[in-house]
Amino acid sequence: MKPFTYEKANSPAAAASAAAGRSNAKFIAGGTNLLDLMKLEIETPSHLIDVNGLGFDKIEPTSDGGLRIGALVRNTALAADARIRRDYGLLSRALLAGASGQLRNKATTAGNLLQRTRCPYFYDTNQPCNKRNPGSGCAAIGGVTRQHAVIGASDACIATHPSDMAIAMRALDATVQTARPDGSIRDIPIADLHRLPGDTPHLETTLTPGELITSVTLPKLVGGTHIYRKVRDRASYAFALVSVGAIIQRDGTGRVAVGGIAHKPWRVEAAEAEMPHGAKAVAARLLEGASPTKENAFKLSLVERTLGAVLTEAKG
Amino acid sequence: MKFDTPATTNPIDQLKVIGHATSRIEGPLKTTGRATYAYEWHDRAASAAYGYIVGSAIAKGRIASMDLSRAKSAPGIIAIVTAENAGKLGKGNYNTAKLLGGPDIDHYHQAVAVVVAETFEQARAAAQLVKVDYTAAKGSFDLSAGRDGAAKPPGRGDNQADTTVGDFPGAFASAPVQLDATYTTPDQAHAMMEPHASMASWEGDKLTLWTSNQMIAWTTGDVAKTLGLPKENVRLISPFIGGGFGGKLFLRADAVLAALGARAANRPVKVAMQRPLMFNNTTHRPATIQRIRIGAGRDGKITAIGHESWSGNLPEGRPETAVNQTRLLYAGENRMTALRLAMLDLPEGNAMRAPGEAPGMMALEIAMDEMAERLGLDPIEFRARNDTQVDPEHPNRPFSQRQLVECMRIGAERFGWSKRNAEPGKQRDGRWLVGMGVAAAFRNNLLMKSGARVRLDGQGRVTVETDMTDIGTGSYTIIAQTAAEMMGVPLDKVVVRLGDSSFPVSAGSGGQFGANNSTSGVYAACVKLREAVAQKLGFNSAEIAFTDGQVSSGNRSVPLGQAASGGELSAEDSIEYGDLAKTHQQSTFGAHFVELGVDVATAEIRVRRMLAVCAAGRILNPKTARSQVIGAMTMGVGAALMEELAVDKRNGFFVNHDLAGYEVPVHADIPHQDTIFLDETDPMSSPMKAKGIAELGICGVAAALANAIYNATGIRVRDYPITLDKLLDHMPDA
Ligand SMILES: Cc1cc2nc3c(=O)[nH]c(=O)nc-3n(C[C@H](O)[C@H](O)[C@H](O)COP(=O)(O)OP(=O)(O)OC[C@H]3O[C@@H](n4cnc5c(N)ncnc54)[C@H](O)[C@@H]3O)c2cc1C
Ligand code: SF4
Repeated sequence: MKPFTYEKANSPAAAASAAAGRSNAKFIAGGTNLLDLMKLEIETPSHLIDVNGLGFDKIEPTSDGGLRIGALVRNTALAADARIRRDYGLLSRALLAGASGQLRNKATTAGNLLQRTRCPYFYDTNQPCNKRNPGSGCAAIGGVTRQHAVIGASDACIATHPSDMAIAMRALDATVQTARPDGSIRDIPIADLHRLPGDTPHLETTLTPGELITSVTLPKLVGGTHIYRKVRDRASYAFALVSVGAIIQRDGTGRVAVGGIAHKPWRVEAAEAEMPHGAKAVAARLLEGASPTKENAFKLSLVERTLGAVLTEAKG
Repeated sequence: MKFDTPATTNPIDQLKVIGHATSRIEGPLKTTGRATYAYEWHDRAASAAYGYIVGSAIAKGRIASMDLSRAKSAPGIIAIVTAENAGKLGKGNYNTAKLLGGPDIDHYHQAVAVVVAETFEQARAAAQLVKVDYTAAKGSFDLSAGRDGAAKPPGRGDNQADTTVGDFPGAFASAPVQLDATYTTPDQAHAMMEPHASMASWEGDKLTLWTSNQMIAWTTGDVAKTLGLPKENVRLISPFIGGGFGGKLFLRADAVLAALGARAANRPVKVAMQRPLMFNNTTHRPATIQRIRIGAGRDGKITAIGHESWSGNLPEGRPETAVNQTRLLYAGENRMTALRLAMLDLPEGNAMRAPGEAPGMMALEIAMDEMAERLGLDPIEFRARNDTQVDPEHPNRPFSQRQLVECMRIGAERFGWSKRNAEPGKQRDGRWLVGMGVAAAFRNNLLMKSGARVRLDGQGRVTVETDMTDIGTGSYTIIAQTAAEMMGVPLDKVVVRLGDSSFPVSAGSGGQFGANNSTSGVYAACVKLREAVAQKLGFNSAEIAFTDGQVSSGNRSVPLGQAASGGELSAEDSIEYGDLAKTHQQSTFGAHFVELGVDVATAEIRVRRMLAVCAAGRILNPKTARSQVIGAMTMGVGAALMEELAVDKRNGFFVNHDLAGYEVPVHADIPHQDTIFLDETDPMSSPMKAKGIAELGICGVAAALANAIYNATGIRVRDYPITLDKLLDHMPDA
């Protein structure tokens, strides 16, 4: 771990401008991802801005019938919230499918969205990795790739985004609110928060330097049956091979976002038009243009089959 | 004490303490954090500095240059030891690759430096500043590519690479029912909880190492050899060990680097191997490719059985002996087995829980299931028809005890085997395809010399000292039970001290030989102590009884402690074995039953029930034995479903080198587990009449799962681990 300086922020604007004022500053929330990466010197911030004192720990109704979730609401609290469980069951289930009880007690809403990939080559600083060290190459391509992306990847990076919560947020059309160093605030639709790797896999989101997430808003309730299905080799405490977050209405229409297959939560609105026609049709659209490796090609049929199971389950 | 005739009745047979389900006597120390593990001897090695290991970034080649300048000026830095400044180092008898690499590099993450600093964080930060330039060489990292070039390895003792009996090729070719199938098992990691860790302290040229090690005498010798010290100058202390599974049988880099670091720093140094280094720096269970051929008559009798296994290792490394059990487990007049070894530049392959049999049974017991199906026989019936009470390669050697068929039949009854639908893919429970599987369990019983010292004080308290280790297995407890039984005292009058090289040399912990041999060593020492007590108290030792803290004969009864009233009595002895293991084959047997579900859509596999039935000699303590067996069953689930060191075949390393990437079962993966121990005593094994159990528990488990998956789905997977991607394409439409 590189030596770093540390401050506790006392307002969102101060946090944002403190971060923008330095070339290599980072916010720290639960620290469950950032600290691990710092110990391995995959992340090497020279300054940490602790945002835990900023409040942002409430879940409040919005004027149009939605819920605003503070950026620092812990994953455990969010999953257990009665309104979330009743009206946004998908989110609660996705959260509980992730990590472990101890980690969820620390992990925050914003930190979860911004957690970094679990590509094993990203974690091994002996290996070239464009995400960790831009321009060094990608050790995963041609290597061990069972976990990696099957769609939306690039010649520079084939990593996935590992968050379960983000899949639910994507299916729910959440909006991310931020505070910027100049004092302005903005809303970012969740669809626009994460980027595909392209030539710049080290740039993972559309946040600008110093931009602080303050909350995430869920739109008013969408109804339907909420199902989160996470497929993995062991029953708990593992990242998804594939996960499907779906909201399915009585008439068979609905929404679906898929995890474990791309650099961001994968949702193709056009594919959702096919939902009444079944999983095969949806998967075909959803996975159009997929380019899996030999080791992870199974994820294509796994998406289709998991989606099929989810649709069946929704029918009851 | 020489054990060369079958055991007759002895004080252990009283079973007043032995054979009882006793909780681990050191348990309270562990659950309250008072057991001192290797990294925690703060009071003994005060002001210890911290070492952090730098691992090689390449798998094979040379260090072209090393630049330590930035690291040396980092805050808190005390010393940096590399092969260049470490002085001349030897290599331990039990090591394949050097523990401090450079300039030549033998495998990925081989240690190339240890950085010593005032704090752990400073050492870690400075380690990142060590700059190494490598010249990489081409290596061989792919077992399947190396298979054709694999050579016949030299035999070891009685264990030859090849065996043949009768005319295998002829008998196989003419067998009316045949199976010829190839199975693969992956590289696996011990992945024990406590990493390799050591604290080193020098006094002149005398070294004390607090470490975490299964085999104190081996490792003391190898420390001395590596550092060029007389053995007497090395003291190893390892009373508590947070798991080993074979990963701590040997001297490893943590201990050598702590010693070198302490010498360079001129003060005590402690080193815990970083978790991400453990997988490539230390040893692992090597991958195998196994070809099995079985020929049988329509009567279900095996006429030909052949098992070949290929594994890889570094130069001077040894093969995984995956054909061992096939030499012994089933009848058949025409037989062959063969081991082949390919040179690979992956990290060192070596023992992991039930080396040989664990991966061997993973293959053989699927083959038996396949063969039973071809014959239209129930898999239990097929195994019963091919049972043998003699070593099939040497029919003049009977098994000392062999209750394989009993294990299978009793297990079938208890598990409800008759409810299994022999036709695969037919049992459905909601979204689950449900299947049952069975496999035999088999593991040899090994006899090793083992010593102990027993001391008696005036209060009648008995202290046992032996360099035996307790790796979480229950050694403390069964040794205390043995001494209590022998000396006729309650358990709380016994103190057990283990894991210290100043104590008599024991068998150590490995190969499931620890329990039987170490308690037999204690037995031998206690026999001597009893004689000393009798003499001291003026008894005729032939008729003397040691019970309830009293020594009595006829109507004379004296408190035991009285024998030591004039000063402590002490006795030391070892158990040594004669030819009984030559004249009789000693093995342990069992049967594993599994019921599991396979998700019809995703092919996720989830175990529902497990049962192990074991026949393994006298069970010294049913509680610790059960813990060993259910732990082994859990490890078998890991082997079947998830454990695999994924090899990067370009750069030659295990990619998933942490506990996020190397998955082992979690609680949610493990359902109810049942164990049954058959009533058995084996007078050929030792005065304890016990055998090993802790490795038997893993042998066959994975195959039972594989067979259950087949029964559930009709899909036969011969490549472990059986992950859902191997099933998906063959699954029925959901
Ligand atoms: C062993 C293990 C298993 C796990 N398994 C799963 C799993 O199965 N599924 C899953 O989804 N996750 C899993 N996780 C990841 C876990 O969900 C994340 O570590 C956690 O959500 C991160 O939240 P945090 O608050 O601790 O983030 P931190 O570590 O504090 O921060 C993460 C990143 O977010 C940035 N950040 C934090 N807050 C803000 C803010 N308000 N504005 C802008 N930037 C901010 C930080 O600068 C940092 O870059 C696992 C983690 C571990 C260690
Ligand atoms: S896939 Fe992405 S994260 Fe992984 S090694 Fe390649 S560039 Fe790095």
